[in-house]
Amino acid sequence: MMMISKLFAVNTKLGGRQRLTMSVFSFVLPLLVWSLVSYVPFIWHPKVEIHSAGDVSYFKQGLLIDREIFDREVETAISESKSVPEGKPANPVYLPAPHEVATALYTAFTTEPKRRSEKWLHESLWDSIQVIFWGFVISSLFGVPLGILAGTYDVFAKLFEPFIEFFRYLPAPAFGALAVAVLGIYDAPKIAIIFIGTFFQQVLVVSNTTRKLDPALLEAAMTLGAKKLTLLFRVVVPGIITHLYKDLRLLLGWAWTYLIVAELIGTSSGITWFITQQARYKNFDNVFAAIIIIGIIGLTTDLVLAAIGRKIFPWEKGLAKA
Amino acid sequence: MDQLKLPSYLEQSDAVRDRFERMKKRPVTLQVKNLNKEFDTPQGKVTALKNINFETYKREFVCVIGPSGCGKSTLIRILAGLETQSSGEVLLDGEAVSGPGPDRGMVFQGYTLFPWLSVKDNVMFGLEMSGHSKAASEEQAFQWIDLVGLGKFKNAYPHQLSGGMKQRVAIARALANQPRILLMDEPFGALDAQTRAKMQSYLHEIWKNIDITILFITHDLDEAVFLADRVLVLKANPGEVQEVIEVPVPHPRSPDQILQPEFLATRKRLEELIHPPEADTGINEDHLNMVRMVRVDNEVESVF
Repeated sequence: MMMISKLFAVNTKLGGRQRLTMSVFSFVLPLLVWSLVSYVPFIWHPKVEIHSAGDVSYFKQGLLIDREIFDREVETAISESKSVPEGKPANPVYLPAPHEVATALYTAFTTEPKRRSEKWLHESLWDSIQVIFWGFVISSLFGVPLGILAGTYDVFAKLFEPFIEFFRYLPAPAFGALAVAVLGIYDAPKIAIIFIGTFFQQVLVVSNTTRKLDPALLEAAMTLGAKKLTLLFRVVVPGIITHLYKDLRLLLGWAWTYLIVAELIGTSSGITWFITQQARYKNFDNVFAAIIIIGIIGLTTDLVLAAIGRKIFPWEKGLAKA
Repeated sequence: MDQLKLPSYLEQSDAVRDRFERMKKRPVTLQVKNLNKEFDTPQGKVTALKNINFETYKREFVCVIGPSGCGKSTLIRILAGLETQSSGEVLLDGEAVSGPGPDRGMVFQGYTLFPWLSVKDNVMFGLEMSGHSKAASEEQAFQWIDLVGLGKFKNAYPHQLSGGMKQRVAIARALANQPRILLMDEPFGALDAQTRAKMQSYLHEIWKNIDITILFITHDLDEAVFLADRVLVLKANPGEVQEVIEVPVPHPRSPDQILQPEFLATRKRLEELIHPPEADTGINEDHLNMVRMVRVDNEVESVF
């Protein structure tokens, strides 16, 4: 009882051990639900996998059939005293079991592409990472400076922000056809979609972060003789850099969410091509594996960036406390 | 305190009178002439400061005190150049000032150290702004850090320091620019009583040892009497100079003087100016509407 009331105390941090347990649970719980649905025959399992067809003409071994149809055929077989078909409950082909996906996580990398012109999974992934990288870098190259300017000087805020506020409601994929017309069918239009999806949010997020800088720091710097550009580069930029870094990590995740749409534009490529291709072959274990790989890449990148952040901003720890 | 027979705060010993006479012969560092400040608010124009006139002499320690809303923070922000006056002049060594600048150092109540810079780099900031080379700024910064006794912490970040230490860094940072006047806006207001007393003594030591004029805002009467040569008393609505008090407590100051008659007399005068007796104001808004809310059979019938 004591334990429970402690766990749910408001505004209190858990101990290191409990936090780790909870973090493990956050992955274990969805996995558990997935396993239950996959391995416990009476949960869901709307299909039947045929073992022996009996006398039903259209049943074949290995066929997945709706349970209702199977039950009906069994009844008919019994009433007409024919050989009864056998089978076991199964899930639809689009929900592979965890162990199948786990195997696919490995085999997807080792399976040779079906055609010579097609790419291995790691090559597709590398294409996707490059599209994300360039889309995000180009967006940041413009978005971060504009955001800082808008956050620091009201004149830029009023000049940029109203239009950007308007533009950010336009869905990036809507520009797909236009991007292809202007930039061709290869990587350029995909990078453009990532850019459009990220840039406008980025300017607003960065300007908002910049505005949160404690104005007393600027005043202190002015009384110490800092002026204009030195204020910008020696106070504003270092003053917001830790928050800016966090924003960029968040926005990088945002960029990934535009990836699938972006890669469908022009010639389908990268991880999206892999996913659609595997779905076409009904290799849904590979589809799930690919989706999970995206998640793993995203989470790993973020953890690595967070670790780098702690290294290069040694004062950040104190800010978090304050 | 009423039963104590206190001398008048205007009475000065010969040594003190002599010191004030010599002080007033020194050059004037800061002169404020007919300073007015009005704010536009949705309720109309509000006069924050009205016709402020005063001067500080070289190496003088002046405290500004007043009830809340008397515009003392507005005054110091105008002097620092962080706000502009509606009319009037601020002269530093005879020259009119406008906008913030390194000739007027400022220490804020909220520390305002740069959290991304170490103690050393914080102190170097102003020196680098005024065009000193990195090596020269570093050398000077070390001197100032030593002066405030933080040599061991020169590579620490602000978040690793206590409030008192942070404020010492802020003082070192402001002094490193060698300003002609140091403006301090309730710098010890956020510190606990013990640290505050210690900081007051430190500040006095620093002030004695370097060429600096200090204008210090506070709402703490004891702090004002302990630190100041003269106390500028403001009154509220509108902010006007009510009186300039020459503190008759002799130098060097020590915390023991707090019970001396001169100290108590000055403190009493400040008290009268800042918290005038109720009868004078006519209305008593602050009175509690007390009804006894303890049961008659309460275990403790009366706290007396």
